[in-house]
Amino acid sequence: MSACAAVAIEVDGLEKRFGALTAVAGLSFSVRPGEIFGLVGPDGAGKTTAMRMLASVMRPDAGRIVIDGIDVLASPEQAKSHISYMPQRFGLYEDLTVDENIRFYADLFDVPARVWQARAEKLLAAADMTPFRRRLAGQLSGGMKQKLGLACSLVHTPKVLLLDEPTTGVDPLSRREFWQILYSLRSEGVAMLISTAYLDEAERCDRIAMLNAGTMMYCDTPAALKERMPGAMLEIITPDPRAAHDAVRGLPGVRGVLMVGTGIHVHVDSGERRTQIAAALTAAGIGIESLEEVAPSIEDLFLALLEQDGAGEGG
Amino acid sequence: MKWRRIKAIVVKESLQIVRDPRSLMIVLLIPLLQMFMLGYGVNLDVQHIPLCVHDREGSQASQGLLHQFAASPYFSLQAPMGSDAEIRKSLDSGRCNLAIVIPAGFSKGLADNGGGSVQALLDATDSNTANIAANYARSVVAAYSAGVQMEFIRNRGGTVQTLTPVDMQARVWFNEDLVSRNFIVPGIVALVMAIVGAQLTSLTIAREWERGTMELLISTPVQPMELMIGKLLPYFLVGMVDASICLALAVFWFEVPFRGTLTALFLTTGLFLTVVLCIGYYVSVAIRSQVGASQVALLLTMLPTTLLSGFTFPIDQMPPAVQAVTYIVSARYYVTIIKALFLKGSAWTALLAPILCLALYALVMVFFASRAFRKTLD
Repeated sequence: MSACAAVAIEVDGLEKRFGALTAVAGLSFSVRPGEIFGLVGPDGAGKTTAMRMLASVMRPDAGRIVIDGIDVLASPEQAKSHISYMPQRFGLYEDLTVDENIRFYADLFDVPARVWQARAEKLLAAADMTPFRRRLAGQLSGGMKQKLGLACSLVHTPKVLLLDEPTTGVDPLSRREFWQILYSLRSEGVAMLISTAYLDEAERCDRIAMLNAGTMMYCDTPAALKERMPGAMLEIITPDPRAAHDAVRGLPGVRGVLMVGTGIHVHVDSGERRTQIAAALTAAGIGIESLEEVAPSIEDLFLALLEQDGAGEGG
Repeated sequence: MKWRRIKAIVVKESLQIVRDPRSLMIVLLIPLLQMFMLGYGVNLDVQHIPLCVHDREGSQASQGLLHQFAASPYFSLQAPMGSDAEIRKSLDSGRCNLAIVIPAGFSKGLADNGGGSVQALLDATDSNTANIAANYARSVVAAYSAGVQMEFIRNRGGTVQTLTPVDMQARVWFNEDLVSRNFIVPGIVALVMAIVGAQLTSLTIAREWERGTMELLISTPVQPMELMIGKLLPYFLVGMVDASICLALAVFWFEVPFRGTLTALFLTTGLFLTVVLCIGYYVSVAIRSQVGASQVALLLTMLPTTLLSGFTFPIDQMPPAVQAVTYIVSARYYVTIIKALFLKGSAWTALLAPILCLALYALVMVFFASRAFRKTLD
């Protein structure tokens, strides 16, 4: 393990333009071995483009990428044997079985037979997929496909794992198993870069970078980022969240309102606004089951930070 | 370059071929179909020309002449016509290509001074067929009049003696029976292989792009050369099976004489197959969509092979500029070789030039194909 390198991924001033559009603009960050680093942001923020450049399937217009001490732009092929990349779109062969797919990638990475067979067994068991080894990949559920993708990308013991929205469209159970595997990789010292549109998932990362329109807005641990959020977050449980949302919006001191399941999250400049808001809701004839101050989620945080910067667009 | 990676791609590609019944069908059925369709369809021999007759006399002599026509394999006699208008109508409608009109005074002219004459009306919209039909008709009439002449002499008590001042002894080599199928069918083998070969590989890279498997594949350490070899090898095998089917059909079904050696045949077929597989692969890399790549591959192989390889139109009859173009058509060399192997049984030495050209062509195509693929999404 490259403990002495201390940095598994180093990205400096990364830039990519498609014609007039700048997809990634001056992105810099670093990931340590055994760290799960999340890339969070709306669609079009540049997460996939950044991933592709790190996987060296796309050339950046400017910047530097060093993976495990190897300059990716200078020697992309050498870097590739240390990287595993899981593209957003399922990239395995649907007309090959689970085993055949795993074997194909083991062969491409030249993993000794005994090593990859033992590893495949372990990975498939962890993913709860052992009974499906002879099934065609095309006949697997969405969650199983993603777990197979992960298994394929792990047969060669990579030092860096790049996962582009790996759990999109995956059922909660598979998602939990998926993360279980990621956590065990973390203890093996694998550096992981994971992009996600799920903010609850971002909270599981060690550090997250918030991307918007190709630039990094914030980069810190989820807890530290939450502390940055000024004001307070009120959670109101109500039978009619939509009406509550409309009634609360625009009240003095309210910075943002977000509908969440059975109620709304209201971002206010201070916790003292709660009485004022409760009064407004009662006046509008909207029932309140509970109203309390809560710790903001990443989702709240993201919206709050976007509002604060006045850069709410990007899609 | 690692053999293990090449093998992995060979195995993967083979599994995909076997599990895709549609492409398997294309691979095995289409060559059979094309061989039969073209083998029977392309026929340059003129036989069974539909013939109409209008016998205005109806005498023994006129019927005798018509019998000669009926007996000839080159003509197929239609129902007799009653009038000139009817003849005109049949020529117009294409019911017959040739009409023979025997005048009322036919036998009288013959008896008087041996001066009988018949009229032949030809539909010359296809000038080639019309020419051939006129020649056949002329020879039928000549044979008939020779018979009449002998009878005439015999009736006068003379001895029959024909005199031919110069006699040409023609001996036909290589295609003794002058059957056009014998030189067409080997050309068809080349055409079928050009089409099928390029089709096979035109899909292989485009499919990976369309199904989204390419992004993952190019993120692995696989090298472009390994990818190309791994992808071409299974299709080379399939192509050789196809070629064997086509060649076997040519020899055993169409009964084209084969006089060359199998070694020479399979070696040159392998070279030609390499060329067309590389064309398909190159197109697949460049176009990235299965439909588009397949269309372009078809265009690049079928047209030049049909028109410029010497398969249907002899190259030495083409204008010099077009002849120059034929040198960049790979099928030109293969058609030359395969025709010679089938009909002449030529030795290696006689075919050295086209074989070397084909080998060089294959080398150049492998070079271009191996350099075409880039491991990038840009």
